[in-house]
Amino acid sequence: MKPDFKPFRAALAESGLDPLTANGLEVLQINFGRLCNQACLHCHVEAGPGRREMIDAETLEHCLRLLRATTIPTVDLTGGAPEMNPNFRSFVAACRDLGRTVLVRCNLTILFEPGQEDLVGFYTRHGVEIVASLPYYQEGPVDTQRGRGVFEKSIEALRLLNDVGFGQVGTGLRLSLVYNPAGAFLPPDQGAIEADFRRELAARHGIVFTDLYTIANMPIGRFRTHLERTGAYDGYMERLIRSYNPLAAERVMCRSLLSVGWDGKLYDCDFNQMLGIGCNHGAPTHISQFDVEAIAGRRICVDDHCYGCTAGAGSSCGGAIAPDETRPKPAAQ
Amino acid sequence: MDSYYEPGDLNRFAEVAKDAPELWEKFNDWYGAVFAPGTLSEREKALIALAVAHAVQCPYCIDAYAQASLEKGASAEQMTEAVHVAAAIRGGATLVHGVQMRNVLKKFGL
Repeated sequence: MKPDFKPFRAALAESGLDPLTANGLEVLQINFGRLCNQACLHCHVEAGPGRREMIDAETLEHCLRLLRATTIPTVDLTGGAPEMNPNFRSFVAACRDLGRTVLVRCNLTILFEPGQEDLVGFYTRHGVEIVASLPYYQEGPVDTQRGRGVFEKSIEALRLLNDVGFGQVGTGLRLSLVYNPAGAFLPPDQGAIEADFRRELAARHGIVFTDLYTIANMPIGRFRTHLERTGAYDGYMERLIRSYNPLAAERVMCRSLLSVGWDGKLYDCDFNQMLGIGCNHGAPTHISQFDVEAIAGRRICVDDHCYGCTAGAGSSCGGAIAPDETRPKPAAQ
Repeated sequence: MDSYYEPGDLNRFAEVAKDAPELWEKFNDWYGAVFAPGTLSEREKALIALAVAHAVQCPYCIDAYAQASLEKGASAEQMTEAVHVAAAIRGGATLVHGVQMRNVLKKFGL
């Protein structure tokens, strides 16, 4: 980062939030590994078909032990493509047996991979909440970001999910979509772009969904490499820093979420996980040594990539975190 | 100075406040009010700004309002159509002056 950029901790301090601390534990997010059937341009995990890191049964048993000992309401499964892990289905079933909400971050095309033929049925039987990546309602931006042919397959997958009730009103089967910008700019107002998706996907493809979450691109991993290669890194960081929203900083997801890596190590979020910044400041560092109180009030590790979650209306795994009208308004452009 | 137009200069716009801060403040307040949602949405205003930026051929404004249009959820197709609107008006504005030429021709009996 350019030396004259304000460090993230300085921005937090100006908002009275330094040091940033957790204020509970609502979501246990587990990264099932980096194996994926896609290799998307903006993937902060740098997942792909060639990756072999995957969470094992023993580590997942530690996660279940924690869930049994606590009332953490939501389990959020991510990857890579978590469905490619052989322990995925038994773990989902066990979490649902414990009465927890299970979110799966699904890339949609996984439905058509060999061995995944019954995935839609599995999701239906267990009432899993599907959070599906679809960066735009048009083919061009989706295929550029996620690979050729991905849009068409994604639409087909959404149709299959709609057919069994996902995203349909009154079924209780939730299907949320995730929008992320096609390049180095901030997401639009979540409500406005959700209305566009709803109108366009219904008119063009007859598709319905429950919610749409806008998520900003983090300046890390494959996206950072892309920014640097195109000479856009400094400009993007400047955009994030100038758009710092103190209300979003107060509401960042790491304050109520814990991220478990494929190897059982604990992180404040999936982004810190990818950067290798583990839980610190006296908090447990591995799922096997879990201490709920120490985790729920821990000091969070922050760095300059955190500007990605506090820019504009903010960004989290559940979308925008501050009302759009609280976005800092840039001076005359 | 390597060029009259440096991309980094866009972020230095506020330096224009120097020597006339009250005028800058008035401009900035008015500018903010213009782009606030009204009977036109923020996206519509960003697309109008993008089109005008092309008509007045301001590289700073094109940079700023291409990004602003994207951040208001506009698609590349909508942005391209907006630029065509600007181009059509510029082209039309040139061509409609042909009527003046016709007037001159008429004066000379042609």
